[in-house]
Amino acid sequence: MIELRDVHKRFGSLVVLDGVNFEVRDGETVALLGPSGTGKSVTLKHIIGLIHPDSGQVLVDGKDVSKLRRQQLADLRSTIGYVFQNGALFDSMSVFENVRLGLTDERQFNDLPFARDRIAECIRLVNMDPAVVSDKYPAELSGGMRKRIGIARAIAGRPKYVLYDEPTSGLDPVNSDIIDGLVKRLADELGVTGIMVTHDVRGAFRTANRVALLSAGRIVMQGTPQEFLESTDEKVKEFLERDFGTTSFAA
Amino acid sequence: MANATTLDPRQRLGRALLDGTSHVGRLAYFVVEMFRGLPEVRIWWPRMMVEAWNIGVGSLFIVLLISGFAGAVTALQTGYQFTGSIPLYVVGTLVTSSIILELGPVLTALILAGRIGARYAAELGTMRVTEQIDALESLGRSPASHLVVPRVVAGFIMMPALTVMANAAGIAAGWISVKMVLPVTDADFLYGAQSYWRPWDAWYSLIKSFFFAGSITIIACYMGFNTQQGAEGVGKSTTGAVVTSSILILLLDVVLTRLLLNQ
Repeated sequence: MIELRDVHKRFGSLVVLDGVNFEVRDGETVALLGPSGTGKSVTLKHIIGLIHPDSGQVLVDGKDVSKLRRQQLADLRSTIGYVFQNGALFDSMSVFENVRLGLTDERQFNDLPFARDRIAECIRLVNMDPAVVSDKYPAELSGGMRKRIGIARAIAGRPKYVLYDEPTSGLDPVNSDIIDGLVKRLADELGVTGIMVTHDVRGAFRTANRVALLSAGRIVMQGTPQEFLESTDEKVKEFLERDFGTTSFAA
Repeated sequence: MANATTLDPRQRLGRALLDGTSHVGRLAYFVVEMFRGLPEVRIWWPRMMVEAWNIGVGSLFIVLLISGFAGAVTALQTGYQFTGSIPLYVVGTLVTSSIILELGPVLTALILAGRIGARYAAELGTMRVTEQIDALESLGRSPASHLVVPRVVAGFIMMPALTVMANAAGIAAGWISVKMVLPVTDADFLYGAQSYWRPWDAWYSLIKSFFFAGSITIIACYMGFNTQQGAEGVGKSTTGAVVTSSILILLLDVVLTRLLLNQ
């Protein structure tokens, strides 16, 4: 279970998180929505310990992330896959080597036949052909392909949690659907717990069990997609109307 | 919050002191992290070999060229200043000592500060702003053992090696050049070079190059790791790495000379 308790974070004079309370139960997929610059990615980075809160607690499986020692944090991170917004692939490594780094278990990493099979499996899961892309370098891939390889890397180590930072932004509708389907499959078939930061409200409603809206550094609403649609909260209505128009959802 | 341009001089000084102290603290933490990455030899060794090749082979031509010219100019200027009252063999002493004690290690370090320091800061800075370093951390892997240790160790190995070659090239060029302007024989030059020669001079040259290697690679990696604000930040880190490590090289040069030669 992932839990954020009254998390505050500011960068200089800019308050990014202003008392975030948020909980994700095991097996759930939660979509974190919100306008740009409201701290959605910062929230994800708190969970994996890339950013520490100024105050408050970030608990993963009951462990306070900011208080973990170096090795404990590395162990925790090996149970979390993180899909970066722009893929964050290593320029100097091929696709194969990039995805291989996702094998956080050292024995699996060093077992080359196993690694080859697992890497090919993960690349196929994101709708790409391992025979075509394995030897390519990130610079030879399109933005969407880099993003999908980033997802393959994040899931290679069979993590318990996957944090998706805008996994479908910049992808065409076909590949967006494939990624949404993958997120749902990982949750339904393998029980992976997911948090998905996204602007794609339709995708979020299709894949997530619960949806949360972050605005002005606080979670202003969390609930099922249905509860979200029926919400009378002004900020929720404003968010839905601004992007898509509430009536189109109802339809 | 007050903008830096609206601060009075005392406030600016205070802010500069705070920034400086913060950098010292973060640099110390960075070095500690680097030492923590050292036991992971399996990870950094292959990358270190690549970096060592890049530093050594990639820099050899420019290092030999510049040290050769420096040796030649030193010899020619020595020839210009000779009035006949000083024995000619002294030119061998002057060229050899000035190259080994000063020009070889310092010029090599300044060349590498520009060539390798800029490259490391730009590479790591780009990795920082494109979240590649965050990605490495998110995979439970140590950025120190993957990115910093190979570069720093390669610098510590290749910098002394390049300095030895720079010294040899500088002395050889000086030897050839001085024969063109003064009636110095090979025997004179060798006699001068050997008569004031102390094995400690060679060690001093290597010790200096070792310190210079640390100042170039550690500063460049630190600057790259702490890059912010996209492409502009990468540019700032790169410039900062070259300027800071060049100043540090010159400061270390004075300090080491005082400590090692003037006891």
